[in-house]
Amino acid sequence: MATTRLKPVDAVVVGSGVVGSIMSMELANAGLKVLCLERGRMIDPQTDFVMPYVHDELKYDRHSDIFQNLSRETITFRNHASQTALPMRELGSFKPGEMVGGTAAHWGGNARRFLPHDFEIRSKVTERYGKNFFPEDCTAQDWGVTFDEIEPYYDQFEHIYGVSGKAGNLNGEIREGGNPHEGPRSREFPNPPTRPTPQGQLFAKAVAELGYAPFQGPAAAMTQDYNNLYKVMLLECQHGGFCSSHVCAQGAKANPLTAVLPALYKKENFELRPLCNVIKVNTDSTGKQATGVTYIDARGREVEQPASIVVLATYCFNNTRLLLLSGIGKPYDPQTGRGVVGRNYSYQVGGRVHLFFDDREFNPFIGGGQVNTSIDELNGDVIDRSKLGFVGGAYINCPSAGASPIKSKPLPHGTPRWGAEWKKAVAHNYRRTLGVHIHGSCMSYRQNYLDLDPTYRDANGLPLLRMTFDWHKNEQKMAAWMYERCVEIAKAMKPAKYHAHAIPAKYSIVPYQSTHNIGGAVMGTDPATSVVNKYLQSWDVPNLFVVGGSAFPQNPAQGPTGTIGMLACWAADGIKENYIPKPGPMA
Amino acid sequence: MAESAVLHAYGYLTQPEVRFLDAAVERLIPTDELGPGARDAGVTCYIDRHLCSAWGTHGRNYRSGPWLEGAPEQGFQSRLTPQEIYRIGIQEINEYCRAQHDKPFDQLPAARQDEFLKALEQNKVELPSLSSKLFFDLLWRNTEEGYFADPMYGGNRGKVGWKLLGFPGVASSAYNAHLDNPEPYRAEPVSILDIQMKQAQVDGQGFAKHIMLKQEGGK
Repeated sequence: MATTRLKPVDAVVVGSGVVGSIMSMELANAGLKVLCLERGRMIDPQTDFVMPYVHDELKYDRHSDIFQNLSRETITFRNHASQTALPMRELGSFKPGEMVGGTAAHWGGNARRFLPHDFEIRSKVTERYGKNFFPEDCTAQDWGVTFDEIEPYYDQFEHIYGVSGKAGNLNGEIREGGNPHEGPRSREFPNPPTRPTPQGQLFAKAVAELGYAPFQGPAAAMTQDYNNLYKVMLLECQHGGFCSSHVCAQGAKANPLTAVLPALYKKENFELRPLCNVIKVNTDSTGKQATGVTYIDARGREVEQPASIVVLATYCFNNTRLLLLSGIGKPYDPQTGRGVVGRNYSYQVGGRVHLFFDDREFNPFIGGGQVNTSIDELNGDVIDRSKLGFVGGAYINCPSAGASPIKSKPLPHGTPRWGAEWKKAVAHNYRRTLGVHIHGSCMSYRQNYLDLDPTYRDANGLPLLRMTFDWHKNEQKMAAWMYERCVEIAKAMKPAKYHAHAIPAKYSIVPYQSTHNIGGAVMGTDPATSVVNKYLQSWDVPNLFVVGGSAFPQNPAQGPTGTIGMLACWAADGIKENYIPKPGPMA
Repeated sequence: MAESAVLHAYGYLTQPEVRFLDAAVERLIPTDELGPGARDAGVTCYIDRHLCSAWGTHGRNYRSGPWLEGAPEQGFQSRLTPQEIYRIGIQEINEYCRAQHDKPFDQLPAARQDEFLKALEQNKVELPSLSSKLFFDLLWRNTEEGYFADPMYGGNRGKVGWKLLGFPGVASSAYNAHLDNPEPYRAEPVSILDIQMKQAQVDGQGFAKHIMLKQEGGK
């Protein structure tokens, strides 16, 4: 196929999601000519997502055309290397996006920071419990940055996404009403915290009695009209539900479409090109300099786009896959443990206890993906882990996410799945239930990784990414202990009935769990165990930056988006302050 | 009512399939003192329309071979599309019922239909071309969708699914003020179809204007 070669740009950014939009903005602000390539279609929130049509659970939660179209590209999956990986034929466990705005366009808005401990987990755990405390095959490692180094970039992201909350640690001073275990904040949240719902109030009372410190989870849906760092106006959330998996019609939930792109479109040195599917990062004859990218456009034409700087800003799967397809970095080999691309793929551990009341009624449809009351005592390293025997932790919360009628009807154990008894139970329980949820960390392991599938191919004939992943004992032990704590909390809330989900023996790609896939192109200080250095710069190709969830060496407990946004701000600053003045390896 | 515009006309399903589905979904969500069941809610019509959409041919699924059965953790691996699963499944189920009871499924007594559906669910019915559990799981998933999705998709007629739950449908901007209020919020549900048919009003932002229901004691 003849390839069209276009005029060079200063920077090409692959993907227009949370990372691509912020990095495009920051690099354009620095005066670079920036081109952003997006595989999905153009979106105009004013016409694509309007009331009342967005309040449609079937369309957006079940059959959304804003999720990845698997008919063109998917991944393959197996639990163990001894199995044949099979294609994920329909979406289940996670929902990557495919449109301008990316996956973040339909996120729930939980905008949390990781704990200082999370960035240095290998050193800190070893220091406190000895080096044999990690499971032998665990490949968890430090990030190469410390919380203090990156705090200003969390702050920057929070002022782009209008995050609400109350500081629990303001410059080292512990303050009531916030999360006392968070790392020190340099200033207060840009917006006040969400108001606790009656469900959240019940949870807060129960956990306070048990000695925990409840707080309102940091949220990226506006608690008041907010003019953000890029001078884009975001409107106050009306708490109408239809939130996670949906795009907000009010523009109350910060995402690339509402918080960043409106400002970016005004810049003359920025261009967004949708329906362009990047298939390769091109390098020169030395293999040490990226010359640009090759993409396939909507008409199926192969186009080469030269650029001085290449930023991969896609979902963790595609960042990793593009490196493998481009032959950049040494692919990970689970047999020898050598190689880096595809290493340390991980996920998160979820769990929930369902509570059913006879004497209380709630309004479960009022709320949003980000409205929740939380505790953080069981996370990080707050409680001595020496007797518990596991690494990692979880935050526990009671969400009011907006219960939609097709999928959000938990029923007490023992209820028939259908028929007259089921119908009675649904009518009785829909308004009388709430959940206590576990959001747990997941370490990385030698056996969990990403590589290219030997059999299955995408619509362009290129190999699909293959995921090999299963739960390990450390996480199952952690989940079992968290369930015990959640049951204590549940009992203190005095429901008529409750039950805990079982901990699955094997990871399954079928039920929805979270769109919190990470790793595969991790950051670090050692090229033998990381793909990018602490500035998200490729060790092998210094004018290539690989930014996103792909850079997490393992997954802490909190939702990843706040940290992904922070990494975008941090990487952009590194390029502006250090790389542009002196191009070359930064570490 | 708005749903009167929805005809009992089928784009994909044949008449024997309609009879099967009307009978089966009525057992899954029966009509009782709590209100109409799935048949009267139009779930068969919902399934028909859904089968006519891109989903009916798995238009957004990955559909290249090789087709291997795989482990349950690897998810859906059947080469059959939903259109094929319904067409082949209903035909084979009716043949099975005729062989056992001399009648197609829809003519069996309710108790026998319940027993048979349970056997499908537990994968205890040997069908020539597909697993009975695969068929049942799809049927139940679509029944639940049709009963609780917006009525514009052909099911949930009279918003019976939402009334059963006390779910108000399209949200009101009054929710924000009610966020931390423990009082039950009870409103006549509003659908997108109602708004399209101008049978419900919206405010300046497009939120539904809810008509509040009087508090009922006990329920």
